[in-house]
Amino acid sequence: MIDETEIRAAVLRVLHSVAPDVDLDRLDPARDLRRQTDLDSFDFIRFIVGLHVELGVDVPEDAYGELDTVDRTVAYLGKTLRTSQPPTV
Amino acid sequence: MTDYLMPSLGADMEDGRVVEWFVHPGDTVRRGDIVGVVDTAKGAIEIEIWLDGVVREIVVEPGTKVRVGALLLRLESPGNESPQPTAAPVAATAAPVPAPPAPEPRGLDDASKSQGPPTPASALAEPRASPAARREAKRRGVDLGAVRGSGPRGAIVLGDLGVSVEGTAAETPAVDRLTAMRKAIAAAMARSKREIPHYYLATAVNMRVALEWLESRNEGRRPEDRMLPVTLFLKAVATAAGEFGEFNGHWVEGALKPSESVHVGLAISLRGGGLVAPAIRDTDRRSLEDLAKAVTDLVLRAREGRLRSSEMTEATLTVTSLGDRGVETVFGVIYPPQVAIVGFGRMTVRASVESGVVSAVPVVDVTLSGDHRATDGHRGGLFLQEIADRLQRPGEL
Repeated sequence: MIDETEIRAAVLRVLHSVAPDVDLDRLDPARDLRRQTDLDSFDFIRFIVGLHVELGVDVPEDAYGELDTVDRTVAYLGKTLRTSQPPTV
Repeated sequence: MTDYLMPSLGADMEDGRVVEWFVHPGDTVRRGDIVGVVDTAKGAIEIEIWLDGVVREIVVEPGTKVRVGALLLRLESPGNESPQPTAAPVAATAAPVPAPPAPEPRGLDDASKSQGPPTPASALAEPRASPAARREAKRRGVDLGAVRGSGPRGAIVLGDLGVSVEGTAAETPAVDRLTAMRKAIAAAMARSKREIPHYYLATAVNMRVALEWLESRNEGRRPEDRMLPVTLFLKAVATAAGEFGEFNGHWVEGALKPSESVHVGLAISLRGGGLVAPAIRDTDRRSLEDLAKAVTDLVLRAREGRLRSSEMTEATLTVTSLGDRGVETVFGVIYPPQVAIVGFGRMTVRASVESGVVSAVPVVDVTLSGDHRATDGHRGGLFLQEIADRLQRPGEL
């Protein structure tokens, strides 16, 4: 089972691929993610797609609101991964 | 012979640096073919040829920066000697197109050479490759046959050889690019505010039906296939512009020149600063599904710096949409020589009164910045109302 540290690392990897100009070390995981990284609607979709590729989690549109900080994104993904089958990748 | 000049890729472009050619002397080209890459303040742009012909001479070598209107290529074209079409306000800065030369008598050798069937580059046994890629491969002893090309028609380009275009002499450093883009935006926007007497209108549009339609359309789809509201906005503006032709076109030499086609430019902000507003061809005639794909593709290419020259020059009207973040209301500045820009702010839930009942509804502020030389506020208001009405019937868009 994937642990929280790995999920967090995966989230930051995806974030880096979508917004390579953002300094991840300066990102506050408890503050608004999109405001800090300036992700627009298209970037955010690439972020969601990237999470699907990395972790096999499909985030439905009505759950986008739960992915508003790094901490909450990690929590959402952890919760989803625990309640579903681990991805067979 | 016909001269192919450095195209003007927008009212704000002064010069460009040739990064790479995809053609060699002797290649047959067709109208619309991508023949090379030019580095501009707005990123690397793939430039298209505007007529059929055979390339005779490459005048400007990769790595060279030249002004708009400078001679890039000489072509032999079958009879078609029409002058290079450029947006009218830009034509003044372009070099004059020489008159077609009188037919000259040819020697036998020459005649047989030029009248023999031209060999399309793709028919050659050698793989298609840009001259810059060919040189680099030779320098490093790389077999081009073993390289997969990602350029036009499968041509091998510099990037396919692992050469980051950023590492070549042709590249503009990121800081310089940002400075150049700031200057380009400054020039275009200063001209806009100097020459165009803007008027501004705004109206709040109920998005309940449109969002419900999008929700049911997107249900069960993968994130990359989900349609965003901007697709509906673009289609509503483009089809409304079909009925309000005076907002779709260019202001040229003291008069409105309406466009028969509707190519909506979409303002896209670039990470790190600046923005571009490339055109989506025939926005009004595309299906919503097709338009959604075109928008995703355009945003990605704008960010990667792979826009095409036609996309930089064809827009007849611009849309700026802030998406799900940012402020509630945006008034755009018209990009000359266009005559209007439609803005969509961030959607918000507001109290709305319908038939005396208060309810919470999603609302978007739609604005119009119009050129008062071309139109008046009364027509502008009707145009905005038409856009709003169309957004109430998303299924018919």
